[in-house]
Amino acid sequence: MQLVCPAGSLPALKAAVRQGADAVYVGFRDDTNARHFSGLNLDDKQLESGLQLIREQGRQLYIAVNTYAQPDGWARWQRAVDQAAALGVDALIAADPGVLAYASRRHPGLNLHLSVQGSATNAAALALYQQRYGIRRAVLPRVLSLAQVRQVAEKSPVPIEVFAFGSLCIMAEGRCHLSSYLTGESPNLCGVCSPAKAVRWQEDAEGLSSRLNGVLIDRYGKDESAGYPTLCKGRFLVGGQRFHALEEPTSLNTLDLIPQLAAIGVSAVKIEGRQRSPAYVEQVTRVWRSALDAYARAPQNFTVQPQWRSALDSLSEGSQTTLGAYHRSWQ
Amino acid sequence: MKLSLGPVLFYWSREKLLDFYAEMAEQPLDAIYLGETVCSKRRALGLDDWLGLARELGECTRAELVLSGLALVEAASELSSLKRLCDNGELLVEANDMGAVQLLRERKLPFVAGPALNLYNGHALAELIDCGLQRWVPPVECSGELIRNTLEQLDSLGLARPQVELFAYGHLPLAYSARCFTARAENRPKDDCQICCESFPEGIVLHSQEGEALFTLNGIQTMSAKVNNLLADYAQLAAAGADLLRLSPRAEGMAGVIAAFDAVRCGALPPLAVEGCNGYWHGRPGMLRADEVLL
Repeated sequence: MQLVCPAGSLPALKAAVRQGADAVYVGFRDDTNARHFSGLNLDDKQLESGLQLIREQGRQLYIAVNTYAQPDGWARWQRAVDQAAALGVDALIAADPGVLAYASRRHPGLNLHLSVQGSATNAAALALYQQRYGIRRAVLPRVLSLAQVRQVAEKSPVPIEVFAFGSLCIMAEGRCHLSSYLTGESPNLCGVCSPAKAVRWQEDAEGLSSRLNGVLIDRYGKDESAGYPTLCKGRFLVGGQRFHALEEPTSLNTLDLIPQLAAIGVSAVKIEGRQRSPAYVEQVTRVWRSALDAYARAPQNFTVQPQWRSALDSLSEGSQTTLGAYHRSWQ
Repeated sequence: MKLSLGPVLFYWSREKLLDFYAEMAEQPLDAIYLGETVCSKRRALGLDDWLGLARELGECTRAELVLSGLALVEAASELSSLKRLCDNGELLVEANDMGAVQLLRERKLPFVAGPALNLYNGHALAELIDCGLQRWVPPVECSGELIRNTLEQLDSLGLARPQVELFAYGHLPLAYSARCFTARAENRPKDDCQICCESFPEGIVLHSQEGEALFTLNGIQTMSAKVNNLLADYAQLAAAGADLLRLSPRAEGMAGVIAAFDAVRCGALPPLAVEGCNGYWHGRPGMLRADEVLL
């Protein structure tokens, strides 16, 4: 299984390469990708220098142009596709049928991957993208159980990539408007969820409050650690009870599933976190490289080393990890 | 302007569904969408029941009858059900997943693209038109301006516009998950949910810790707590290119809602403001009401 790692900056890209990523995925500095955060992503010069390093080391570079184009900004998405093709990237990761159509017609040699934002969770959907746009890989949303991943992979016309580690979307990617409902900006159209500019922190007698466009997402007591107010991970009231009604602040970690994912025939595992620091990328890549190598050397004897687990726990949201939807009990 | 009744997004008993559609058959509707779009475990009516209901409705109403498909198709069994739905041989199908688009395309059948399909620009729309799309229900987060621009982009590609159906009334379907939030709120595992969503005919309201109603939990679907209502914006809807207005069923009072929209399309003045929200239409956060924020 190939290890695909995130980079929101040149130092992160270098860290991923240094620690053994097989491929690194990045985005341009605009709303054409799903991590459109200020100060994040690579400019032209950084991309060239990153690509040079990737080539020297025999790795791959993927570019995500994976938001949905707005009609009045279409030229921006077109330009992003053209630029990726001109750079000679190893894959363009896209979701919008319009963008995929443009890429496949204008640049027939460009290797296309269906983004997780394409929200394809079944073999029929994958067949559509393969037949019309010639996609050569698809990233599955984090909503499928392991048994469902197996079913989809068996019937899929293209190799499958799955998320292995990182922040967990509780909703099917590409199928969530919660952020735009509260803030006006969504992952699909703007490449952001719970945007930082809408966040307000407030300290008062009742503790520390986090708000998103004025809406209270969570309130923390003195002894509680506060997390970024991603709106699906707040504490809300349902039937008079206050709890994480949608999801706890936790990260996906599937080290334990490496043998099963390999047996299913998953071709690549993806690490989430282009918005995270180079240190995060460095450590997560190192652990996952070790784990995948250990599995490749002796599949029968594979066990998750305690030091891998503790290293990843320390990088996780709320220091908690979960098998997420892969495990039915989470659903 | 035509009026359509969207599929029932909540889980109602067989009896409640049949009573509801008996009442709806008498309303001034031009299209009625049938079928289960949220959860494959909701089986108060199966495919044959829906088709039987469609035949009965066909005899007593002039409304076009459409069968809506599931929005999040994961299990192999769900894909098989979707195939049977696409093979129904009688009714136009609303695709809410790209898997459905593929199945309908293979069968060379025209279809409605439901609001759960991510079609946000003229190029994407052109792709789906090539697959058989004949009516577009834009994603609920689209503004009037985005819809107008998308249609103009389609014009510039030299393609005929499909019919456009706007989500004009009801709790907005905002997100789909692997997790069932109703079962979670009821402390049940999803695999043993005992279809507890049937106890909540209009979902469960989720409030902030300050008591502000934010979302409606409806099984694996998360909806807006507020009711989206575009009646006050009526004049703009047609100008943006809308052919149909979708009214999404609520547990009570739908006949009154339909009557209010019908009166306006027949010439009555639209209200200056309505309860609920219409922020998305105005390019603002969906939860807002334009007359409150534009002041």
